[in-house]
Amino acid sequence: MRKLLMVSLALVTAAALPTASAQTKKTITIGVFPDLDSVVKAALPGFYKLYPNVTVKVNSLAYADHHTALTTALSTGKGANDVEAVDFGYIAKFAEGNGLVDIAKAPYNASQYRSQFVAFTYPQAMTQDGRMVAMPTDIGPGAMFYRSDMLKKAGVSATSMNQSWESYIANGKKVVAANPGSFLIPDAGEAAQIILRTGLKSGEGLYFDKTGKVLVGPDNARFVRAFTVAKQIRDAKLDARAGSAFSPDWTTAFQKGNLATEFSGAWLVGHMQNWLAKDFSGKWASQNLPGGTFASWGGSFYSIPQQSNNKTEAWNLIKYLTTNSAQQVLAFKTTGAFPALRSAANDAIFNEGVPYLGGQKARVQWRQAALKIQPLDVNRLDPIAEQIVNDSLATVLDGSKDVNTALTEAGRLIARRAR
Amino acid sequence: MLASPKSSSGSRPPRRAGGWTEFQRRYAPYIFISPFFVLFFIFGLFPILFNAYLSFQEWQPGTGLGDMKFVGFRNYTDNLTDPTFWLSLKNTGILAVLSGLPQHLLAIPLAFAVYGGLKKLQNLVTAVYFLPYITSIVAISVIFFTLFSWQYGVINAALNALHNVPLIGGLFPAEKINWLGQKEYVQPSIALVVIWRYTGWNMLLYLSGLQAIPKELYEAASVDGATGWQSFRYITLPLLRPIMFVAVTLSLIGGLQLFEEPFILTNGGGGAGQAGLTTIMYMYRTYASYSDAGVAAAMSWLLFLVIGALTLVNNRLFGRSGMAGKD
Repeated sequence: MRKLLMVSLALVTAAALPTASAQTKKTITIGVFPDLDSVVKAALPGFYKLYPNVTVKVNSLAYADHHTALTTALSTGKGANDVEAVDFGYIAKFAEGNGLVDIAKAPYNASQYRSQFVAFTYPQAMTQDGRMVAMPTDIGPGAMFYRSDMLKKAGVSATSMNQSWESYIANGKKVVAANPGSFLIPDAGEAAQIILRTGLKSGEGLYFDKTGKVLVGPDNARFVRAFTVAKQIRDAKLDARAGSAFSPDWTTAFQKGNLATEFSGAWLVGHMQNWLAKDFSGKWASQNLPGGTFASWGGSFYSIPQQSNNKTEAWNLIKYLTTNSAQQVLAFKTTGAFPALRSAANDAIFNEGVPYLGGQKARVQWRQAALKIQPLDVNRLDPIAEQIVNDSLATVLDGSKDVNTALTEAGRLIARRAR
Repeated sequence: MLASPKSSSGSRPPRRAGGWTEFQRRYAPYIFISPFFVLFFIFGLFPILFNAYLSFQEWQPGTGLGDMKFVGFRNYTDNLTDPTFWLSLKNTGILAVLSGLPQHLLAIPLAFAVYGGLKKLQNLVTAVYFLPYITSIVAISVIFFTLFSWQYGVINAALNALHNVPLIGGLFPAEKINWLGQKEYVQPSIALVVIWRYTGWNMLLYLSGLQAIPKELYEAASVDGATGWQSFRYITLPLLRPIMFVAVTLSLIGGLQLFEEPFILTNGGGGAGQAGLTTIMYMYRTYASYSDAGVAAAMSWLLFLVIGALTLVNNRLFGRSGMAGKD
C-alpha cells in the first residue's frame, strides 16, 4: 500500500512537473560574433524541440566588440550573457581568474565527452590547474592550398612539394619562375608560425614549458628552424611580404591571382569562393601542410560566465550546440565551420567533393588532419611572447638581425615579463 | 505660482513662497549646472583617478575587480626598464617632430596666401584643406594603403613610371619600395599621412590669427614703403605669435599622443623594426593584448609626465613672451 502510494505520488509529481515548468518559461541569452551567430540561429528550432520551456535571445556583436564586451562584463562582474562564445585567441586570457564556470566539475562534468571530440580541442580550453572554462564547437584544421594550374605549368606535383620545407622552397622557386609576377606565399613569417606550432614535446607550450620557463632562445631547435626556414623563403624572394592574413596586400594578391600557395584553416575555402578568389574556382586545391606537419587555425568555444543566473539552461544549450552530431553537421552546412565533434565529421557530407576545389574530396583530408593535430598548452603570457617573437622574426626577415641574436633578445624580453 | 494679494503687499512674504524663491535663488543654479559636473565626474575625473589607482595594482581585466593586487611602484619601474617602452618613446618623439614641424612650416605660408591672395576663394580653399581633418580614419587608411602598397601601390607605380622617363629617370628608384614593410620608410610614411591630415587644421588656426591683425598696421607699413616680405616679417609673424603658441602646443600634445595613423597603417603591429610603435600604441597593446592593465596605466602616467614637461618647456621658450606680447 505504502509502495503504491509512493508510486502514485511520484506519478502525480511527474505529471505535474511539465505544467509547472511550462508556466515558468525561461529566457536565456547567448553572446556570439559572426558567423557563429548564424550557426546558433540555425540551431534554435532543433533546441526548442528538446527544451520547449527555454527561449534563447541571441546577442551578436562584431568579433572584436564581442570580446571587448565580454572582457568588460567579466572585469566588472556585470552584463555577461548566460552563454558566451569565445574565440581560440581569447581562451587563455579569459581562463585567468574565476569569471567563467569550471565545466569539468559537477553538475556539468564536461570531461565525460572528451573522447568524442578532436583530441587537441579540450586542452586548449583547460587551465594549468585543470579547470575547463569552455566547450569546443568548431576547429580549423590546417591545409596547404595551392593553385593546381600554376604548379602544373612548373611541372611540380603537390605531393612532392609538401614533402618537407626544403622541397617546398626548392619547388616553390620553380613555380615562381614558371609563373612570372606570382608569389609562392603571402608572407614568409607563416612558415615560421607553422614550424613553431608543430613538433612540440609533450607538455611543452609554444613559448613556455610546464613550469613557466621561457623556451624562446637560440638553443631551442624549434625556434631556430622556424626562423631559418622563414628567412630562406624571404631571401629566395618567394613571398609577397603581405604581413598577416586579411591585410590589404594579402587580399589584393589573392584577388589578382598572384599567389601559388597559402597555408590556412579549412575555413579559408569559404572566403575564397565568396569574395577572395571568386574568379579562380576549380584552380585551387588542398594538400596537407609541408613536412608531415599538422596545425590548427583557430576555433570557437562556448562558456558560461559565473554571473549567469541560468547556468542549467545555459549548459543545456551548450551541450546541444557542441555534442549533438546533427547540430554540428547543420553548423557545417550553415557556415562551413568544421566540427570539433568527431562523430559529426563522419557524416556523409564530408565524403562529398568540394565544388570550389574542383570537386576534390578535401574534407576527408581535413578530417584526418584534424585527428593528428597535437594539443598546445596555453599560457597566460602567450600573447606577450607571441608579439615579441613576431617582432624578432621581423628583424630577422628584414636582415637587421641574425637568427641567434634575435632569439637571444626575444628570450630575454619575454623572461622580463614572466613573473 | 500665484502670490496672494496679502503676501505681495505685506512686508514679509509667506514662508512657503519665500522658501521657494529662496531655493530658486540659492540652489537652482547648482541644479542647472549639475549635468556638466555629473558627466565630468563620471567620464572625466573618475577614469583619471581610477587610472592613477590602477597604476599601482597588478590586474588582468577579465579576472574581476576583486583580483587587484597592490604592487607599489613596480609597474613604473617595469616600464622604465622596458626597452620597448623607450623605443616607443623614441618613435613618438621622432614622429612628433617629423610630422609636427612640416605642418606649421606649410600651414603659415598657406594661411598667408589664402588670406592675402585668394580672398574670393578663401572659404572653398579652407574647406578643401580642412577636409582631411574631419575624414574618417578608416577611409583614410584604405586610401593610403592603396597608395603605399608595396606590390600594388600607386606611389610605387608612379615612381616606376618616372624611372623609365629619359633624362630624369635616374633620380627615381628602379625597385619597388616597401613603404610600410621596411624600417627606414615606416616613419616618413606615417608622418606624411599625419601632415596631410593636420595641416589644414593648423592653416585654419593661423587664418583666424591673421584675421585678428588690424588692417591699419599693414596700411601704415605700406605708407612707410615696406615691402611684402617686410610686412610679413615685422607685422604678421610677431602678431601671429600667440596663435603660433596655441597651434604648436596642440601639435605637441597631439603628436605625443599619436595613435590612429600609425596603428592603422601598421595593422596595429608597429610595422617593420617596430619603427611605427608609438607609446600610446604600446600602452594599448599592453592593456588589450597583454592584459596588463596596471603596467598600461603606469605607462600613461609616464607619458603624461613627458607631455607635461615638454609643454612646460614650450611655454617657457616662446609661450610666455608671445602670450604677454612683449615684442
